[in-house]
Amino acid sequence: MNAAERRVWFAAGLALLCAATFMTLGLRGNFAFVLELRAVKLLALVQVAVAVAVSTVLLQTVTGNRILTPSIMGLDALYLLGQTVMVFLLGGLGFASVDPRMKFLCALLAMVGVAAAVFLPILRRQVPLFRMLLTGALLGILFRSLTSLVGRLIDPNDFAVLQGSGYANFSAVRGDLLALGLVLTAAGAAVAWRLRHVLDVVALGPAAAIALGIDWRRTVTGILTLVVTLVAVSTALVGPVVFLGLLVVALAERMTGTQRHAVLLPASALIAVAVLVGGQTVLQHGFGGAGTLGVIVEFVGGTLFLFLLATERGR
Amino acid sequence: MIEIEGVSLSHRGTPILHEVSLALPKGELTALIGPNGAGKSSLLSVVARLQPLQSGSVAVDGLPVDRTPSRELARMLTIMRQDTGFAGRLTVRELVGFGRFPHSRGRLTDEDRERIDEALALFDLTALAGRDLGTLSGGQRQRAFVAMAFCQGTDYLLLDEPLNNLDMMYARQMMRLLRKVVDRRGRTVVIVLHDINYAAAYADRIVAMKDGRIVAHGPPNDVLTVGRLEQLYGYRMQVHRIDGRTMIRHHD
Repeated sequence: MNAAERRVWFAAGLALLCAATFMTLGLRGNFAFVLELRAVKLLALVQVAVAVAVSTVLLQTVTGNRILTPSIMGLDALYLLGQTVMVFLLGGLGFASVDPRMKFLCALLAMVGVAAAVFLPILRRQVPLFRMLLTGALLGILFRSLTSLVGRLIDPNDFAVLQGSGYANFSAVRGDLLALGLVLTAAGAAVAWRLRHVLDVVALGPAAAIALGIDWRRTVTGILTLVVTLVAVSTALVGPVVFLGLLVVALAERMTGTQRHAVLLPASALIAVAVLVGGQTVLQHGFGGAGTLGVIVEFVGGTLFLFLLATERGR
Repeated sequence: MIEIEGVSLSHRGTPILHEVSLALPKGELTALIGPNGAGKSSLLSVVARLQPLQSGSVAVDGLPVDRTPSRELARMLTIMRQDTGFAGRLTVRELVGFGRFPHSRGRLTDEDRERIDEALALFDLTALAGRDLGTLSGGQRQRAFVAMAFCQGTDYLLLDEPLNNLDMMYARQMMRLLRKVVDRRGRTVVIVLHDINYAAAYADRIVAMKDGRIVAHGPPNDVLTVGRLEQLYGYRMQVHRIDGRTMIRHHD
């Protein structure tokens, strides 16, 4: 037990080190101005990291396998679809003039609704992994196709409003949702932490969990709502990230050697912070901002996904 | 007392249980026997609220299982199923410790730890306590799951084929343990068994099922007769009495 906890502290130190480097490396000119600029960005990156890590752990636990991420299940595509439909309904100008928080909350509500309708029937019973992957992939394709269909229907000028939201971009985080995102991420992480023992039991599967007194349907509904909210936050801030969650949860699990959520949740979140903030620092200062962190994270994560898929037989 | 009244169950139009009514008294070891597909596991699942109740009623100590909060039921009744497929990174001690979840919600107390140690010792798992479930043999894992159910400390223990994967030594040990749990601690055990000789040797009462119906119900000597067994399994077996015990020769 102690070894695992020590490693969580190690991850915390690493995350802190990355954050400190991010804030202080190559400081020049008006310190107050630069620090504020960096602090806002750091806050956004930390939010995304925590949201992605926690939502991935939760989804993996409730589906009973360790190679799913919310994006593979098409959850972020659902967010983009909501945004596109809103542009379609309101027009580009109308869309741009609506308070972004309003837009975010509308998209979030739509997501929770659709996710509940589509995913709850699947999650009520634990479906075999490959059927789950296939279902998720198909739903993702469906949502993305619908997004591009609606995208074609709208005015090209309006479409410009949406452009860029379909790709992860860690350099230009959207600042207008920072406060709302902070509240939602903090609340989501707090709820997940409170549920950590329940999550351990949920990971045993429906039969064992019910035998231990879990109200399966209600618990799964609650967890799924939490996942959708966190995915919405991270997608709204930086766009869709598919494999980051997979990468950090797998790393956290291997590093701590346990699946207890009291360890896995903080370890994944901290490693995600270290990867995002550290990666961003290296790219900004080492490569003069030439590389895109999103692409690198997705490449490494995608490779890991294939590796896990190949080695994790029959689960 | 488990009271099952007129329970029917169907899955996608295929009937699985027909109007099953049964009363199982407290403090007995009941064996459910019958051919594959008789509905034994389904009946246990319905009693343990793993399957929603479609018609009829099930009550445990007077509490209806479909309307009593799951948490409350988890302190009275537990089930161990044959398809507990979870391996993952979990040690035997952690798994058995989950049995205490309904009592301490994940924060183990000293009493919980004592109960866990007791369950580990009882099921001969102390030496394996630190091992990952994934590294165990099928029989060892089976014992760990039964130990977890025992550790939950419920009055009612429903076990779906707990002898799966066990060799003769451990199968005998498991049955003796369950017998002890019933005799010394007054717990109630309902167990699905395929080897009718174990049922004959250890059960207080046998419930024989076929095609979703209860065919016979009573003490072993009444149920395990040549006629009944042929009706159940479709061929003649030899039923012997050796030293006052029933032995069934069910193979050639």
